[in-house]
Amino acid sequence: MGIVTPGFGGRPRAETPDLPPGQYLTSDFPVLSAGPTPRVPQESWEFVITTETGAEYRWSWAEMMALPQQTPTVDIHCVTRWSKFGTSWQGVSLDTLLDEVETAADYALAHSYGGYTTNLPLDDLRDGQAWLVHTYDGEDLPAEHGGPARLLVPHLYFWKSAKWVRGIRLGFEDTPGFWETAGYHDYGDPWREQRYSGD
Amino acid sequence: MTELPYLDGNMLDGPLSELFAVDLSTATGRCAHCGSTGPVAGLRVYSQAPGLVARCPTCVEVMMRLVRAPDAAWLDLRGTTFLRFPMPAEPPPSA
Repeated sequence: MGIVTPGFGGRPRAETPDLPPGQYLTSDFPVLSAGPTPRVPQESWEFVITTETGAEYRWSWAEMMALPQQTPTVDIHCVTRWSKFGTSWQGVSLDTLLDEVETAADYALAHSYGGYTTNLPLDDLRDGQAWLVHTYDGEDLPAEHGGPARLLVPHLYFWKSAKWVRGIRLGFEDTPGFWETAGYHDYGDPWREQRYSGD
Repeated sequence: MTELPYLDGNMLDGPLSELFAVDLSTATGRCAHCGSTGPVAGLRVYSQAPGLVARCPTCVEVMMRLVRAPDAAWLDLRGTTFLRFPMPAEPPPSA
């Protein structure tokens, strides 16, 4: 006779209403990457928002760190089906950065050191939904998790939270990014399980 | 500092054999970015990702991407100029 150990290996979703459909809960922090890890020193790091007119708004590391800081604690959901609850970050709200930017654009394309890109509606970067984060769990964000700084857009699948982010291009047209041109969903809402194109 | 490992291109044989009847392990490919030509088995494949990303061993640009959904697969070869497959010799034209 076997011994039943309910919950071993992860709690079912019925006990965890905060878990989107098709996801399992993990306590570690898996590292995913589509290429070599870029090594970007803080001294040469910069973040650039480019608008539909070609205007550029730049922040050095020191300028970014001098902006008002927030400490979001959020759940994150990877399209490879793991979710992690209560992750703690520090960084700058995208609202703070976008407040300085004159734009009428509808879409954003985040681009990273190393060449990665991902697209989002600009509205999804506003209203307290997105951050440029540089600290995880009280420590400098490790390079394997996207340091020195990455996007944090926790209401969408985590591939939208671009690691090693270098800037955002704003425009009137939606330009699919790295995974969005290879079969993944254009928007990526975990609660609607928008994993693949056509979901 | 941990660096994610990559696998060699031999690991593509299984996933791509779902799509292709040919043996990819014997194919060579040309990188669309730097022009290097070499065996598919020599590509650097990053597999701890939402899909497989095969990169040129010379310039590290993406040559091939394969995403597998439950009911579909996407293969992106824009980074590959060509794939060359050895084929059985055709008989000489009869006189």
